[in-house]
Amino acid sequence: MTSIIERIRKNKFWHFHGGIHPPEQKQLTTNNPIKHIPLPKQLILPLQQHIGHQGDLLVEVGDKVLKGQALTQSSSPMAVPIHAPTSGVVSAIKKSVIAHPSGLSELCLFIDVDGKDAWRQRKTCQDYTQLSHQEIIKSIADAGIAGMGGAGFPTHIKVSTKSEIDFLIINAAECEPYITADDLLMQEQSEAIVDGIKILDQVLKPTFILIGIENNKPQAITALQKATKNIDKINICVLPTKYPTGGEKQLIKILTGKEINSGSLPIQSGIVVQNVATCFAISDAIIHDIPLIKRVVTLTGQALTNPQNLWALLGTPVSYLLAQTGFIDETIDNPTIATLPAANPPVIMGGPMMGYSISNELVPIVKTSNCILAPSKVEMPSAFDNNSNEMECIRCGQCSDVCPSQLLPQELQWSAKAKDHQQLTKLNLFDCIDCGACAYVCPSQIPLVQYYRIAKAEIRQQQQLDIKADKAKTRFEARKLRLEKEKTVREEKHKKAAAARKAAMSKKNAAGETANSAVAAALARVKAKKEQNKATESQVSSHQEKNDKNSESQIPSGDEKSQVKAAIARAKAKRLAKNDAGNKEIDESHVASSEEIDDEPANTSEKKSQVKAAIARAKAKRLAKNDAGNKEIDESHVSSSEEIDDEPANTSEKKSQVKAAIARAKAKRLAKNDVGNKEIDESHVANDEQNNMAKNEPSAIYNEQAQKENTLDNAAIDKKIRIAAAVAKAKAKVKAKKQQNKLAVTDNEEQVQPNDSRPDNPKPNSEIK
Amino acid sequence: MNILIAILVLGIIAALFGALLGYASVRFHVEGDPIVEQLDALLPQTQCGQCGYPGCKPYADAVANGEAINKCAPGGEDTIKKIADLLGVDVQPIDENHEKDKNETNNLPKVAFIIEEDCIGCTKCIQACPVDAILGAAKQMHTILIEECTGCDLCVAPCPVDCIEMRPIPETIQNWQWDLNKIAVKQVG
Repeated sequence: MTSIIERIRKNKFWHFHGGIHPPEQKQLTTNNPIKHIPLPKQLILPLQQHIGHQGDLLVEVGDKVLKGQALTQSSSPMAVPIHAPTSGVVSAIKKSVIAHPSGLSELCLFIDVDGKDAWRQRKTCQDYTQLSHQEIIKSIADAGIAGMGGAGFPTHIKVSTKSEIDFLIINAAECEPYITADDLLMQEQSEAIVDGIKILDQVLKPTFILIGIENNKPQAITALQKATKNIDKINICVLPTKYPTGGEKQLIKILTGKEINSGSLPIQSGIVVQNVATCFAISDAIIHDIPLIKRVVTLTGQALTNPQNLWALLGTPVSYLLAQTGFIDETIDNPTIATLPAANPPVIMGGPMMGYSISNELVPIVKTSNCILAPSKVEMPSAFDNNSNEMECIRCGQCSDVCPSQLLPQELQWSAKAKDHQQLTKLNLFDCIDCGACAYVCPSQIPLVQYYRIAKAEIRQQQQLDIKADKAKTRFEARKLRLEKEKTVREEKHKKAAAARKAAMSKKNAAGETANSAVAAALARVKAKKEQNKATESQVSSHQEKNDKNSESQIPSGDEKSQVKAAIARAKAKRLAKNDAGNKEIDESHVASSEEIDDEPANTSEKKSQVKAAIARAKAKRLAKNDAGNKEIDESHVSSSEEIDDEPANTSEKKSQVKAAIARAKAKRLAKNDVGNKEIDESHVANDEQNNMAKNEPSAIYNEQAQKENTLDNAAIDKKIRIAAAVAKAKAKVKAKKQQNKLAVTDNEEQVQPNDSRPDNPKPNSEIK
Repeated sequence: MNILIAILVLGIIAALFGALLGYASVRFHVEGDPIVEQLDALLPQTQCGQCGYPGCKPYADAVANGEAINKCAPGGEDTIKKIADLLGVDVQPIDENHEKDKNETNNLPKVAFIIEEDCIGCTKCIQACPVDAILGAAKQMHTILIEECTGCDLCVAPCPVDCIEMRPIPETIQNWQWDLNKIAVKQVG
């Protein structure tokens, strides 16, 4: 350690490998002071101006903001806030082109400047030595300070280290050609910079403080020496000019002889490097409570009439700065909103070695922009020429001679062209600092550094894809596992349900047998009676038998017939409603009687009136159903017509029972309607089933009845009553069964069907099957 | 007698080796097929099923059992090359049936996007998604977790209202690729 400092005191430094000596071109701007420019009309502030994450917005469109007011707040340690560079109104928050080689748009905050430049309340600090470690770090973070040298690493993270610091290195090398922003800042603000260094000293407590500065800035060196005259701790190290001395690892190597390993940070070796402009920003923030809202920008290049350093507010459009320095281009009429055709003439953000052309001159100045270069065609022909003059590599090896990271640029180039990412990683591509020295010396004009940049981006992309693939894999496997689990659970459930169903079936079978036996008993009774009748009344005429046969022969077309009848019944009912009394009624009764006579010539007028009553009821029901919905109308038609057709001769008892069943079914259906559309279908089916069941049994009996009625009315009425009772019982049982198990309905149906002697089964049956 | 001794000796040796082999097969038993794991690691894990297998792992299984190595459309030539290297077989051109659609304007990576106004909440796409990247419930609007979507396309077909479309992943500064022709190196003359 002491040997290092002794060497430094003797001005003997180490060397880093390689490096180049490009024409400096700094004389364009070194001799003019930093110019203060009038406020632009509008400022465009990208929410993210540094490495890390963007903060959360604190303002909305239309809000008035004061100078220095925070516009975002940091939600993560890697985020730093941005501040309003001057007072004004937030006019928009939208995507806009930002200072990035891609020319992509990111979220930006637009401030319409009101020209008052009114500050928020500030509390200046007279004696920063009284501030605690934490207070200083918090102030640095709140002031939104990020490394102003280029990368924009949040400063508060760099200084909030707990490890012991041997060297605090202040990077004042400014090795890239053209750029003089730090040089001028040191010349004009050396006191403030030294204050900033002292604050850092207070926080980090390093053993030594080294200021690395290239020997091509004599005025800055004298200014700094004057400012640090009384401070022994600070050593000003005047270094020979060589590009890229300003690289972090290169500067460490020159000053201390230490090499930072690949993949590790200087802090792990007890070294912190801060840019000189960052020191100025820190002193401003701590002492004057001025957040990072402005910076020195070098406007240079032979395309400008007055190349000069400017104090630019963050968010100032590049076009405005160019106009201030006399950019020779006719396309700029309005200094604030001038846009140029992309890349012609080229404007480069950053230095000539590491910068990038910007596609749109509305690109704003951000915390890391130190230079705007507008070269003339004579000065930098390659910037005007989009065609690559790349030739084959001649394996001269000059690139590896100049590489400050001691890589093998030529090898890297082959692998980059072949997209061999493994080999590139093996060749330590990520130690490349993008300095461009290799491309500068290449006699074949191969844009080497561009190949590396592309390869780096590709590898990063690939890494992201790999992470994503891994995630997809785990998610896919988790899903598969879940589905399998669900499947086994479902199978288990099905097994249980099947067992339950079996149990229910056996129970139901027993119940069904009793029902059957009840019906069978009823039928047996009917038969017995019939035989009895036959025996006693042998006068059963052949005429009547014929009649029976007729009615049977009509059965195949029964469906049609019943429909017609239903239509007639409906028409009749309507007419009935229209006329309370009169001739028409008589006509109707004629029609009704004639109808009935067709089926049952032996019916009495009693029955007629019953039928009429039934029709009236059916109509009422139909009306009620109409309310429920169109679909149901069809059904109700069917059911009502079926009712009428099937049981014209049945007693009102039966009818009322059937009706009750229908009403119940309807109620159920309505309840189900609420549940959901899908279930409507089911309920339809269920309804139909019920109708069928209610109908099948009576109709089964009806056939017997029809024969019977021909012979004896009185006996028939007796029988009817009994049969009705039996039917009611059976129906009740069927109902009970249904409620037990829905699935069993079909089975049930099958059981009931054998009783159905009518060949013209109602349609719903076939639907169920 | 000599013959008996020979038979005895050989028999003992056979039994010995038999026991040794039996022990080794138990002692050094390998669960699963390590080659399948390696193959699975090479596949892009989109779980798209374009190879005809329900996911990348089943295809890796099949390849290990002799299935053609050129059926992975999302992986493309790169994946075929890697699989060929691993298995020591010749690189094959990608199977025509499994080739990416050449008529497509670009083969940019895409993710599914649900036009949420049109979504009826049928959950059909959720059932189709191999990586559970769709969020939603019955009769509720669904949405895609872009971060998790592999762009496999499997949710597009089941949608009864065609409210899912494949959209290219928007280019951001994070995933932007340098274009050699767009940015020239600036040299100081």
